[in-house]
Amino acid sequence: MRLTDQEQEILKGKHGEAPRIALSVLVDLGEVFGAQEMMRVSQVHIDMTIYMVDAGVEFAERLADLGGKVAVPTSLNPSAIDLERWKEYRAPAKLLDKSRRLENAYLRMGATPTWTCVPYQQGMIPRFGEQIAWGESNAIAFANSIIGARTNRYGDLMDICAAIIGKVPKFGLHLTENRKAEVLIQLKEISREMFENKAIYPLLGFLIGEMAGDRVAAIKGIPQDVKIDSLKGLCAAAASSGAVGLLHIIGVTPEAQSLEMCLQGTKPREILQIMPKMIQDAEERLSTAKEDMADLIIVGCPHFSFAEFRELAQLMEGRKVNRSVTFWAITSRAVFGWIKNCGILKDLTDSGVMVFTDVCPLQYPKETWHFNGTMTNSGKFANYCFSQTGLDVTFGSLEECVDTAVTGKLCRRESPWGKN
Amino acid sequence: MGKKLTGRCVVPGKCDGEVMVSAQPIGFWGGVDPETGCINDPRHELFGQSISGRVLAFPFGKGSSTGSLIMLELARVDKAPAAIINMRTEPILATGPVVIKHLYGKEIPIVTLSDDAFKMLKTGQHVRVNATEGYVIILE
Repeated sequence: MRLTDQEQEILKGKHGEAPRIALSVLVDLGEVFGAQEMMRVSQVHIDMTIYMVDAGVEFAERLADLGGKVAVPTSLNPSAIDLERWKEYRAPAKLLDKSRRLENAYLRMGATPTWTCVPYQQGMIPRFGEQIAWGESNAIAFANSIIGARTNRYGDLMDICAAIIGKVPKFGLHLTENRKAEVLIQLKEISREMFENKAIYPLLGFLIGEMAGDRVAAIKGIPQDVKIDSLKGLCAAAASSGAVGLLHIIGVTPEAQSLEMCLQGTKPREILQIMPKMIQDAEERLSTAKEDMADLIIVGCPHFSFAEFRELAQLMEGRKVNRSVTFWAITSRAVFGWIKNCGILKDLTDSGVMVFTDVCPLQYPKETWHFNGTMTNSGKFANYCFSQTGLDVTFGSLEECVDTAVTGKLCRRESPWGKN
Repeated sequence: MGKKLTGRCVVPGKCDGEVMVSAQPIGFWGGVDPETGCINDPRHELFGQSISGRVLAFPFGKGSSTGSLIMLELARVDKAPAAIINMRTEPILATGPVVIKHLYGKEIPIVTLSDDAFKMLKTGQHVRVNATEGYVIILE
């Protein structure tokens, strides 16, 4: 790589040990991916904020202890606990301690306490074409695809290094030529009625991720008036079942106002189709539950938006969560403030829904909460649920989640693509 | 000398070891248990098997950006694979071994092979991985 005089000084340690380690990692990775030089990024989203393993705490504390500071505005992904309502979240002492240590390390380095996996919905929203360095697979897919900002799929550790230097190696999705669609996925025989059921979007995302793998896909057939939260659920599921950093939705996303536009003058290497039967099959595969039971309902993976809370509040109106069921709705501090101000929070709390902020529900404390099965409207959560929590999961629409919460029995409604 | 497969260096390093092949991609977070080194995604073909100390061959990494951290933890507790062979390596996967080098001074070489060369690999083969020079030798 060609490095500037200043970058060479940093590598020699003349600007301190934290920048030296950070740039060493970035330059090594730049060499791996054939980058010619480093480039500036305007903001960073750090993924490695959820306490999971000690290696993460060691790395963040080491950089903070060495005097590391973020060079650009830097947002933070969720914590392992609700950092304010940790008692209600029943955070065990060890988890609280490790989460506080991570919080402390990042705030010492100058990061913004956003604690959310949807920085693109509130906080630090990048503009079209903006060069950024984001971790968190759902946020990466959303920023690249829906906004048209540019980031690679940055992993934990590299994201912090990018924040400290304010630069990344110039490669991959930062460059226009790597953003063209390689595979075309056509939706066939999907009726308007099917698109009216929002549960279709995470299921489509799950299929798209499997089909695209690590290629940029163009999707044909999604209605132009698709809601932003549906796109959020689609991107999150696609980035969990595949290595999807960018997908184009023809007529919807900014780099795909037409098929030709996102192909950049090339032809797709492969053309694939999604049919209603595959959606039904995806729904069956996403649900690992062998028995019809769910005593934990989780919505807000990725974090719930204000619009989603309104919808939930309408569905819960006049109803109460069954005593045998725990219902969690997870969101950011920003949205929490809004629902508190307008009364939605009180209504939901009165009906038995527990609202938490900051947290990633996939890492909920198993020592203090005991569940037998879970239901979610999130394709991402369903995909990771068993491996992360050991709980069997049923994927369902928000309506089905609410019906199940209220009755205490697993409820399914007829869906237009066929029923389990 | 066995059959030599020539590829490209992703993360330098060398080792001999036993191959474990996955035809499916692997996401380390939500795919590998960081305490035991076992595949814990119930939908994965290697579900329940340990990748520790193996030369792990899979087409490419997928899924969550926390994958890098899980790899770092696997190295910290000595449960990491000995080496990785891919068709294509994406940044989330490569970040773990690069940071491991700088933080713990340990080596997890990564080498990429062409699709055809990759398909010559079978679980149980003994191989010599020389990622630094970009090749893999099938010893038996």
